[in-house]
Amino acid sequence: MSTTDHSRPGSAGGADEPGQLHGGPDDDYSPEQLAAMDRTELDRLGARYDGVEVLHVEPVAPPGSPLDKRNTRQVTLWFALAALFAVAFVVVYAGSGWFLPSWMWSTGSSTWSALYTPMLGALFGLSMISIGIGLVLYVKKLLPHETAVQDKHDGSHFDRVTTGATLMGGLDASGLPRRKLLAGTLGLLGLAFGAMVIAPLGGFIKNPNKGNPLGTTPWADGLRLLRDDGTPVRPGDQVAGSLATVFPAVPGGNKAYDAAVMLIRLRPEQVAALVIPPGQEDFGYGDYVAYSKICTHAGCPVSLYEQETSRILCPCHQSQFDVTDGAKPVFGPATRPLPQLPITVDDEGYFIARGDFPEPVGPSYWNIGRVS
Amino acid sequence: MATNTVPGPRVGQPTSLAGKAAFEVDDRLIVAGPVRRTLNKVFPDHWSFLLGEIALYSFIVLLLSGTYLTFFYDASMKEVVYDGTYAPLRGIEMSAAYESTLNISFDVRGGLLMRQMHHWAALLFVASIVVHLLRIFFTGAFRRPRETNWFIGITLLVLAMLEGFAGYTLPDDLLSGGGLRIFSAVFLSIPVIGTWVYFTVFGGDFPGEVIIGRLYILHVLIIPAILLALIALHLLILVKQKHTQFPGAGRTEHNVVGNRLFPTFAAKATGLLFIVFGLCAGLGGLVQINPIWLLGPYNPAQVTAGSQPDWYIGFVDGGARIFPPWEIVLWGYHIPPVFWGALGLPGLMFGALAIYPVLERVLTKDTASHHLLQRPRDVPVRTSLGAMAITAYVVLWISGGNDLIADKFDLSLNAMIWFGRIGFLLLPPIAYWATYRICIGLERHDREVLEHGIETGVIRRLPSGEFIEVHQPLGPVDAHGHGELAYGGASVPKKMNQVGGARRAIRGFFTPIEEPAEVQRQAEVEARGLESEQASRELTGSGRPSEGGRPSEGGRPSEGGRPQDPRD
Repeated sequence: MSTTDHSRPGSAGGADEPGQLHGGPDDDYSPEQLAAMDRTELDRLGARYDGVEVLHVEPVAPPGSPLDKRNTRQVTLWFALAALFAVAFVVVYAGSGWFLPSWMWSTGSSTWSALYTPMLGALFGLSMISIGIGLVLYVKKLLPHETAVQDKHDGSHFDRVTTGATLMGGLDASGLPRRKLLAGTLGLLGLAFGAMVIAPLGGFIKNPNKGNPLGTTPWADGLRLLRDDGTPVRPGDQVAGSLATVFPAVPGGNKAYDAAVMLIRLRPEQVAALVIPPGQEDFGYGDYVAYSKICTHAGCPVSLYEQETSRILCPCHQSQFDVTDGAKPVFGPATRPLPQLPITVDDEGYFIARGDFPEPVGPSYWNIGRVS
Repeated sequence: MATNTVPGPRVGQPTSLAGKAAFEVDDRLIVAGPVRRTLNKVFPDHWSFLLGEIALYSFIVLLLSGTYLTFFYDASMKEVVYDGTYAPLRGIEMSAAYESTLNISFDVRGGLLMRQMHHWAALLFVASIVVHLLRIFFTGAFRRPRETNWFIGITLLVLAMLEGFAGYTLPDDLLSGGGLRIFSAVFLSIPVIGTWVYFTVFGGDFPGEVIIGRLYILHVLIIPAILLALIALHLLILVKQKHTQFPGAGRTEHNVVGNRLFPTFAAKATGLLFIVFGLCAGLGGLVQINPIWLLGPYNPAQVTAGSQPDWYIGFVDGGARIFPPWEIVLWGYHIPPVFWGALGLPGLMFGALAIYPVLERVLTKDTASHHLLQRPRDVPVRTSLGAMAITAYVVLWISGGNDLIADKFDLSLNAMIWFGRIGFLLLPPIAYWATYRICIGLERHDREVLEHGIETGVIRRLPSGEFIEVHQPLGPVDAHGHGELAYGGASVPKKMNQVGGARRAIRGFFTPIEEPAEVQRQAEVEARGLESEQASRELTGSGRPSEGGRPSEGGRPSEGGRPQDPRD
């Protein structure tokens, strides 16, 4: 598509002459030759330059034939359906709350608002799928089926050698291979620069070993055991065999991830079977025991208490703990018992803690046995 | 200068308006050449090549619906008291993130559709990547020179899973919060640096106040940007290397047979884009997903029984469930089991996937470039390894929902866990063995059909009284009546209809719109002209080398007779 015009001011001189590297298909075919070809020939010619040969074209049904008419009708129908669904979508979307019932949903509200999202999805989806089917049918029924083959080339040896020469020539010109000091300095600069660029990520780092945050909880001596609604618990409040989740009486105690405690009142037969871990003989109070609710496997709250078997099940990974045996894991992936909270009753008869858990709560970590 | 105009019409100059406009554009941008090369690019015509496209299109759905959601979502863990449309949660303390997600669901017109569409598209995105990966694996498309693209694909899968996890954690509801808690335990379990990683990710102790904001920027900017860049690179390499193709007549290591991009492939691909989009929209409207208003805001002391992550995280959960309670304690330092179950197993899986092309190249010493695909049966070891890996994955995945299975089918939960533990070790080798035998059997059957021909179902009694079944050879036969066609790595026809044993149906739904006589005449012409145009005819077929081998020359010479034409 050369439009060079030598009479143009400012374009005089040799600069506008094509260089000797100019060439390609424009030299092979003159505009006159191309003008003499029909569109299919031009298409195939261009394709050949792209390494593509059209091998076979299966023609479509002849225009006006019953088959052609039916095919056209089918494709048109799908696009018409798509348009119809699109219009219906807009009507439902914008019309709800205007000339149609309100779309706002609330418990016990009308059928229309309950069906609003399903209607939108169905209409939107049907419209899109109809367009898709229409396009696929267009290809299958209205376009000639063409089979083409395209050449695939491996890497060019010429390109490799010449590119390599240019690259190595540049490296040679820089003299870096022999200017050892300069090259070494650049290497060091790279390291230092890289370190400088990533150093600000240090802002993310927090020290987990400052004050043993993983090994301690909000529980402390004298803190009352509160229910989620903030009310304290008395020994007479629970029936035997029941479980209540309690939190320390500190601000935000019921939101702390490691503070939730299961206060369990054992049944007499459970008390009889109770095995108390050494050193924790006085942790319970009467027929009450209190264990951390946080699973020692992955930190989920262990919530499912089956009193017939005295087992507590974690619904996340099915670790099971035996409350009559120091909440030791009896099945599943957990390895450490649920820590026990030492409890007693204060002057007013409400449960209080006698201190924090004797060991870290929740999942294990590398230095769990090393920090205290 | 102003007087200087482009010269008037010359030979080959455009005359139509569109032509003139195109000329003006090309005069400035010089794009005619590249555009023609693009339009002429040939794409193989096989359904399995569309799987990756489904992933690409669901990613587009994700970008569009996700951008919509960002305008309404508030990535903040600030405590608020809900006072919105959804009555059951009014007066409850929750994070601003959860409140804004409720608002998207109840107070934004069409917001729930967008949210659910986004979620469904995410599930489809990961699923289509996995199925695409399996196609690449089982057909050997990852072999040299495509190892780079394989590796990019694995990276895309891992990123897609992380992106999905970050995304479904954003609502800060009870379910996702529990999932985040488990993730925190996984970080914590990493040997040596676990507690540091945990404090760094959460900005202190779990859950802290920053994690939702951090996940948000990861979810809407950092991971999508990397995904987008890698997808672009993935496609660029694909275009540069050109497609692989299944073996077939006329298909070689040095060509691609199929349709040109324009108009056939472009129209089909656009059609698929709309169908994927429509599917996500339909699911998003009709099938409820992640109804966070039923779950409530996150509370570290609460959990729901039967809680499940999105499907692609299920196998990680399964690994954590079935790993035995083995806590390694060395000099007082602990490596908890959740590290092996939730980090070790997935790490092993993705690591094995990533290095597999190199592994296979080293073990088979096959370092050549391959552009023709293999049928899974022809590479029994690889196929069996794949079946083994899938079996292990499925056992983990089932174990991720073992509580639900135990509940619904009234099984013992502990038995389900033991099934997972034993099944994970026992079933993969069995799958390997079974797959290997099936591959060998299929290979042998292919060879048998090539040698002896297709079973016609026609039983003939010889004068001696012996009964034989007439076989239809697929090509020329030698003196003993054995087929001389070699196996070319392509599908071998095994039914008479596949080699033209039956006529095609007359078109027309209520009334025929073709003349039956005309159709028959065409078929006869086609059969007669077959010999002369065999070359082109073979290329138009579905790649079966024997497409042209029709039951014209009768059965085995030793049986001395034509097979009975099923039409008569």
